[in-house]
Order: sequence, then C-alpha cells, then structure tokens
Amino acid sequence: MRPYTYTAPATLEEAVRALSEAGPGTKVLAGGTTLFDLMKLDIETPPAVVDIRALPELAGIDTAGPRELTFGAGALMADVAADPLLRRDYPALAESLAKAASQQLRNMATVGGNLLQRTRCTYFRGGPPFPCNKRLPGSGCAAIGGLDRGHALLGGGDACVATYPGDWAVALIAFDAVLDVTGPRGTRTLPLAGLHVEPGERPDREHTLAWDEIVTRIRVPVTAAGRGSTYHKVRDRESYAFALASAAVAVTLGEGGAVEECRVAVGGVATRPWRCPSAEEELAGAVLDRRSARRAGAAAFAGARAGTHNAFRIELGIRTVAEALRIAGERALR
Amino acid sequence: MTSEVVTEFTVNGQAVRLDLDPRESLLDVLRERLGLTGSKKGCDHGQCGACTVHVDGRRVVSCLLPAVQVNGRSVRTIEGVAGPDGALHPLQQAFVDHDALQCGYCTPGQVMSGLACIAEGNAGADDDIREHMSGNLCRCGAYPGILAAVRAAAGRREG
Ligand SMILES: Cc1cc2nc3c(=O)[nH]c(=O)nc-3n(C[C@H](O)[C@H](O)[C@H](O)COP(=O)(O)OP(=O)(O)OC[C@H]3O[C@@H](n4cnc5c(N)ncnc54)[C@H](O)[C@@H]3O)c2cc1C
Ligand code: FES
Ligand code: FES
Repeated sequence: MRPYTYTAPATLEEAVRALSEAGPGTKVLAGGTTLFDLMKLDIETPPAVVDIRALPELAGIDTAGPRELTFGAGALMADVAADPLLRRDYPALAESLAKAASQQLRNMATVGGNLLQRTRCTYFRGGPPFPCNKRLPGSGCAAIGGLDRGHALLGGGDACVATYPGDWAVALIAFDAVLDVTGPRGTRTLPLAGLHVEPGERPDREHTLAWDEIVTRIRVPVTAAGRGSTYHKVRDRESYAFALASAAVAVTLGEGGAVEECRVAVGGVATRPWRCPSAEEELAGAVLDRRSARRAGAAAFAGARAGTHNAFRIELGIRTVAEALRIAGERALR
Repeated sequence: MTSEVVTEFTVNGQAVRLDLDPRESLLDVLRERLGLTGSKKGCDHGQCGACTVHVDGRRVVSCLLPAVQVNGRSVRTIEGVAGPDGALHPLQQAFVDHDALQCGYCTPGQVMSGLACIAEGNAGADDDIREHMSGNLCRCGAYPGILAAVRAAAGRREG
C-alpha cells in the first residue's frame, strides 16, 4: 500500500475544508470496505484520506416522515437493513441491504459509501499484467473476449463491460432516490439516477460527484408501492455473494389485479444501477400474472448484449424480474 | 508522506496507546504489535471472516478496518472470550462438543461471529444462523457442526 496522510475531522464543515485543502486525489474514507480493500491492492492510491465515518452530521435514519425517508450517508448498512418501518413498508430497500455482503461488513459499511463501491471485475481488481481501461485508461479491456461470466449485459461498450455490483443503489433507483451533496461550492441535490454513468469511452469515470464533494444524505419519496416491493437476488450460493442477476420491483394493484403503479430496476447485470422504463410500460394497466411478468422481464433485457460466457444471465435476468414481480404482487395484495 | 497517528483504544478491557501508520489494519496491529494471534488472516480482503473481532460490541472484519479508526473504541478478540481462569465460554465448549472444527483456522472468527449472531438475536432458527454466519467461510466444511454449536449455545434444540 502507498503511504498516505490520514485526518479525522470532528465536523462536516471541517471535513469539507480538510478535503479541499488536501487537494485532488484525496479520498474520503467511510467504512473502508471498498476503499481500504482497493488500497491494499494498489488499485486506489490516494495520497491523503479524510475519515468521515463518525461525523455526527452523516448519522441518522428517519423512516417515519410523511413525505420522505432519509438516510444519513454515514448510517451503517446493518442498521438500515434492520429498521423495522423500512422492513415493513419498503421491503425492497431493506432486503437489498440485508442480502448484501456479510453481517460483519454491514456493521462497517455505510449506506453512502455503498453507492460508490467499485466493480468486482477480476481484471480490474487483479492489476497488472491485465489491461483495464477503468484502472489504466487506454490500456484495453481484458474482460472483452476473456472471462466475462459476471460481466455486464446492459450498458457496456467497446471499452468496458464491468458490472456495477451494488444492490442498494438498484433498489434506491427504483424508488427515485435523491442525494444531498455538500462541498466547498455549497450544497446541491442530485437524483441518484444522475450519479452513476455508463463507461462509454471513459470507463475510469464512474460517477458525477466532484472529488471534493461529500454525500450527506439519501432521500426517498414516500410511496404506497413500497409495501408491494421486493429485492430478489440470485447468486451462485444462497448467501454472501454478489448478484448474478437481481431485480428491485414495486407495484400497486387495482381492481382485478391491474397494475397501477410499477417500478422495476435490475442489478448485477449492468454497468450502473439500471432502471427499466420499458418493463414498467409493459406492465402499466396490465393484469399482473405469469405472462405479463415474463413480458416485463423480456422488455428489461431487450437491449442486452452478451459476451463470451455470460449469455445465460439474460434468461436468468428475465426470470429474476418475473419472480420479483410475483413476490411483489403477493405483497401488494396483503 | 505517511505520518504516525496516535491511537488509543481498549483490547479485551486493557487500554492501549500506539503510534500507528494509517496503512495498518486492525488485524495486523492485533497480531504483529500486540501479540494477539488468535484472530487469523485468511484472505486479508474481507471475504472469509477469519479475522472477525468485535468493536464496540459489534462484529467486524479486522482486516478491512484501518486500525486508526478504532481510536476511542473498544475491541474484543477471541483472547477475551474465555473466563479469567481459562474456562471455555459456553460457545467455545459447544464447538468442542459438536465437532465444529477440523483444522481450526477459521474457528476464532467463527466463535466471534457466533457470539454476535446470538447477541443480535439472529440465532432463532437454523436458517437465520446459516444466513448470519455466511460471512465466515470454513475451508474444512465444518458447517453442520458450527450450526449445531451456535444453535446449542443459543439454547435451542434442532429446527
Ligand atoms: C467480501 C465483500 C462482499 C461484498 N458483498 C456485497 C454485496 O453482496 N452487495 C453489495 O451491495 N455490496 C457488497 N460489498 C460491498 C460493500 O457493501 C461496500 O464496500 C460498502 O458498502 C462500501 O461502504 P463503505 O462505507 O465501506 O465505503 P468506503 O470503502 O469507505 O468508500 C467507498 C467509496 O465511496 C467514497 N465515499 C464513501 N462515503 C462517501 C460519502 N459520504 N460521500 C462521497 N464519497 C464517499 C469513498 O471515497 C470511496 O471511493 C461487499 C464487499 C466485500 C468486501
Ligand atoms: S482475513 Fe479478514 S475476512 Fe479474510
Ligand atoms: S476448521 Fe478448517 S477452515 Fe474451518
């Protein structure tokens, strides 16, 4: 690991100042389960780190408000996953965290840091001699034509097909979450849908935050569709693995099982958290049954592009969406 | 340039004060500086759970925890689990009784995780135990014994 300086400011204001004073390349450290891990691999090499883990301004979970749910960026995954109101009223959000990582990691990792976790692509993590446009722009992509079983089917390009591995952002994007962000130029609000970017020609650019900005809060507008929601995650083993395919789905059903409101996003299959408007359109007004659920899944994957070893995950993804819709539909009727 | 960071914390109730390089993981500090080699390094990347310890009463993987982050906090390791007279903790005894190990490398992490699993209230059913112990891998495949040990220490019969 490269040497770096470490500071642990006591307030958010001090943290913003420490970050901009330390200069470009500096990283904020929350739970460290992505950052410290990648620093050990010399994939992340910040010259300075500002610890925001325990900042009081980033703490707090409020799931009882009339208009929105709020999660401090520093709240722990384990605490948000266990929130009783969230589990009852927005099971997709709670499940996306409960089914991620392990209890040890969930006790360390923050819900803000979670959004900015980096791909698990072996060529990215493995370092030299493998080329990787994300790690070393212009060096190429070893996954294209290589071992790409876990790589993206949606949103990839000629420069990179690395999967965005997170679960929480997939559930959040289905619920139109927004982020409060603060930095030396003041505060702003950013829709989560505007945070992550597809690789395009610049796979090293993964999101739209400036290096000196800090996410302070995640906010989710209240919706009745929360009760009829699920995060369905299919893995190589039953627990403690990244998604081969996952779906965050929320529905409200009217008379005769007709879909009123519908939200669909897929995870583990795309280069960024992936909302599926075409699947939502497919279901609007339709009666939710096996056939319409399958059609919605197919719509979600209509633009999928397989590589060498990952084509099986298209059918898996379609079925994952359909199964999620079945579970969500049952919950919506309760 | 790396400058040392004064870090004060307790380990198994004893106060510690160290000048730390911010690159040091809690696991390395426990093993290399404090001679507490019970916590094991399996993967060093948060994937296996062999390094599990408790910080402020909650289980974490110490290999992914920069040691400077435990400043002001309390750490409990496997060395702090048995009684002062060396008597095994009931969960440790259950590991012996239920054959919950072969080589033993994962065992300190399993015990620390199992203690937390029970304390969290996540040992109410076998499926809960399986789910909440999934962050601890066992290369020897002693999983049925580990499940039985945690179940027994949680005061339950099979099911
Ligand atoms: C073995 C293993 C298994 C895992 N399995 C899963 C899984 O199944 N599903 C899943 O979703 N995740 C999984 N993860 C990833 C894990 O959830 C993330 O590493 C974690 O959520 C990151 O949060 P953190 O607080 O530790 O962030 P850090 O590692 O501290 O930071 C991550 C990144 O975000 C930046 N950052 C952190 N907080 C902020 C902020 N407030 N504002 C701006 N930037 C910030 C940091 O600078 C850094 O670049 C796994 C991780 C491991 C090691
Ligand atoms: S050594 Fe820490 S999880 Fe494997
Ligand atoms: S007993 Fe050998 S690894 Fe678990």
